[in-house]
Amino acid sequence: MAAVKSSGRAAVNRLAVVGVIIATLIFLAPIYWIASTAFKPRALATTVPPTVLFQPEITSFIKLFVKRVQMNKAVDPATYAAAPWWEQRIMDNGERVLRTGDNVQLSGYPSRFMNSLIIAITSTVLAVGMGTFTAYGFSRFRVKGEADLLFFILSTRMLPPIVVAIPMFLMYRAVGLTDTHIGLIILYIAFNLSFSVWLMKGFMDEIPKEYEEAALVDGYTRMQAFFKIVLPEAATGIAATAVFCFITAWNEYAFALIMTNRRAQTAPPFIPSQLGSGLPDWTVIAAGTFLFLLPVAIFTFALRGHLLRGVTFGAIRK
Amino acid sequence: MAEIVLSNVQKFFGTVQVIRDLNLTIADREFVVLLGPSGCGKTTTLRAIAGLEDITSGEIRIDGKPVQDLEASERDIAFVFQLYALYPHLTVFENIAFPLRAAGGARADVEREVNAVARALDIGHFLGKRPSALSGGDMQRVAIGRALVRRPKAILMDEPIGALDAKLREDMRTELKRLHIENKATSVYVTHDQVEAMSLADRIVVMSEGVLQQVGTPIEVYQNPANLFVAQFIGSPVMNISDAKLETEGGQAKVRLGNASEAFGVPVTLPRAIEASGRGDGGLSLGIRPEGVIVAHQPGEGLVPLEAHVIEPLGAYDIVDLKVGSGVLRARTVSGFVGKPGDTVFARLDENQTHFFDTRSGQSLGVRLGA
Ligand SMILES: Nc1ncnc2c1ncn2[C@@H]1O[C@H](COP(=O)(O)OP(=O)(O)OP(=O)(O)O)[C@@H](O)[C@H]1O
Ligand SMILES: [Mg+2]
Repeated sequence: MAAVKSSGRAAVNRLAVVGVIIATLIFLAPIYWIASTAFKPRALATTVPPTVLFQPEITSFIKLFVKRVQMNKAVDPATYAAAPWWEQRIMDNGERVLRTGDNVQLSGYPSRFMNSLIIAITSTVLAVGMGTFTAYGFSRFRVKGEADLLFFILSTRMLPPIVVAIPMFLMYRAVGLTDTHIGLIILYIAFNLSFSVWLMKGFMDEIPKEYEEAALVDGYTRMQAFFKIVLPEAATGIAATAVFCFITAWNEYAFALIMTNRRAQTAPPFIPSQLGSGLPDWTVIAAGTFLFLLPVAIFTFALRGHLLRGVTFGAIRK
Repeated sequence: MAEIVLSNVQKFFGTVQVIRDLNLTIADREFVVLLGPSGCGKTTTLRAIAGLEDITSGEIRIDGKPVQDLEASERDIAFVFQLYALYPHLTVFENIAFPLRAAGGARADVEREVNAVARALDIGHFLGKRPSALSGGDMQRVAIGRALVRRPKAILMDEPIGALDAKLREDMRTELKRLHIENKATSVYVTHDQVEAMSLADRIVVMSEGVLQQVGTPIEVYQNPANLFVAQFIGSPVMNISDAKLETEGGQAKVRLGNASEAFGVPVTLPRAIEASGRGDGGLSLGIRPEGVIVAHQPGEGLVPLEAHVIEPLGAYDIVDLKVGSGVLRARTVSGFVGKPGDTVFARLDENQTHFFDTRSGQSLGVRLGA
């Protein structure tokens, strides 16, 4: 009887594993497509049916980073031989790298990517930091009108952001915040803060107040207790909140498109703008997209331990 | 080590008064147990002493110094929480060392102190583990170690062993007693378990609904309950309490319980003693513990025939319900003394264990039959 039951469970387990594998493959398919296109030679990028087996190359990434123009005549062999290997890859494609003096001109991508990093990281750190402190206050102290305040904080998310895009743009223009890093950072903090407060409040409420009280009677100030006890206990919540905030800020498209055009432009509005110039080079766009996917993947992967662990109640028994 | 004095302490949560005008002096090196039913304000009192809860009015002095306006961290008091509150992200060693680090102890000193405490509590073998890997009893040992390590002025414990199972609780009780004898730390211990209170306390403080009912040694509280609440709260099985009427006829004094047909004989001096107490206008209640009801098989001088009702064998002794009018009087007898329900036995009240209370106020009259 027991044997039948356990073999039944094993069968269910196997079925579940097969299901998970299938789901994973379906979810990974578009990512594979992007990644493989990024490493394909340009000629193979748009074949029908898609080419599966090919010699991977990184030409598209080189093209992604440098400014180049189409050459109208074949390259002179002496110049070709003198060029560094990466420039030769570009010349193979009938293109020439632009230089000012001896310096290679970079394409718009690296600076957009850096903008994305600066804006997403700064806004995430600030949104999560402020959210954590705010949530701690709501969780631990008697706040007058707590429910109303929390609702107010939540209500800032109820209006679809795009509805306020035009007025925001006019205000930003008036105060000179358009196309600035700080402008987008403020916007993204505003998007994420309510979410961060609510999420962190949930995590803070789960941390027994006895932990801090124990630290308080043991001679620590509330501030010390917060940093030594509450923050480590809230690590899981902070990690989860940070991942969500980072993804939101990293992927945001509409406001980035409206509010920035050059100096503070982020990658999302930039990548599709490259489609317009001439015949699209899909391998370069795929390379840009592929690199754009990496930070979120790396960040999430780095914090996976915290995300999976859930809140541990260690030594307090409920 | 220190003396703790509470003067006129009041605590309100909103409009709810949780502590009413509490006056209490806890002597240096004393082990005081706060005992009372759930919700009577024991934890709140303890937290007020620790500084985890502000008091609404009154004064708390530690070693003569008023502390009610000091932060918890400035009072130099240790607190053992019911649910241990060990920091999950720190090892056992770091948990115990935590209070020392607040004071900025040198590395070698910290190590020495932690190891000394670990030895005393026999927890040295899992100093490297995380609290979540420990059993409940071990977690509690660690929590106590964390409280002892700093040698605070006083140690406050809120039902520290309440979450353990019965056997472990007994072991830990003994261990706490031993630790107190060795360390002599001023200790305030909260529990609603009277056995714990009786066995640990130098003095017991009985509380009910935020009001201090009685303070005394375990024996005092047991033998001279100040009021009906204490009388019924302390002792297991509980004290018999019954309406009582004094009757005098032919130079003999008797006390009739409830609507019983027979009355128990009492010394002739009793009515006057009760009158002299100046209380008892609110009606008279008689209280006697089951062991004070003396039962015989044969009729005799001063013995009242009573019918046995329920018999509870408890191993070492039996508790027998004797019908007295429409009520019962529970008597403690040797095992198997009363054969079966319905048997008639003969009983009297032990003069030295009979208490009288004013029914309305609940206060003890302070008179004894033997007196
Ligand atoms: N923070 C609070 N806010 C409002 N009421 C409270 C608060 N803490 C305690 N109380 C109330 O105060 C009363 C006394 O609580 P307390 O925790 O001191 O009781 P206790 O004697 O320790 O009970 P227990 O044996 O259940 O632990 C209870 O009625 C409780 O509901
Ligand atoms: Mg309590």
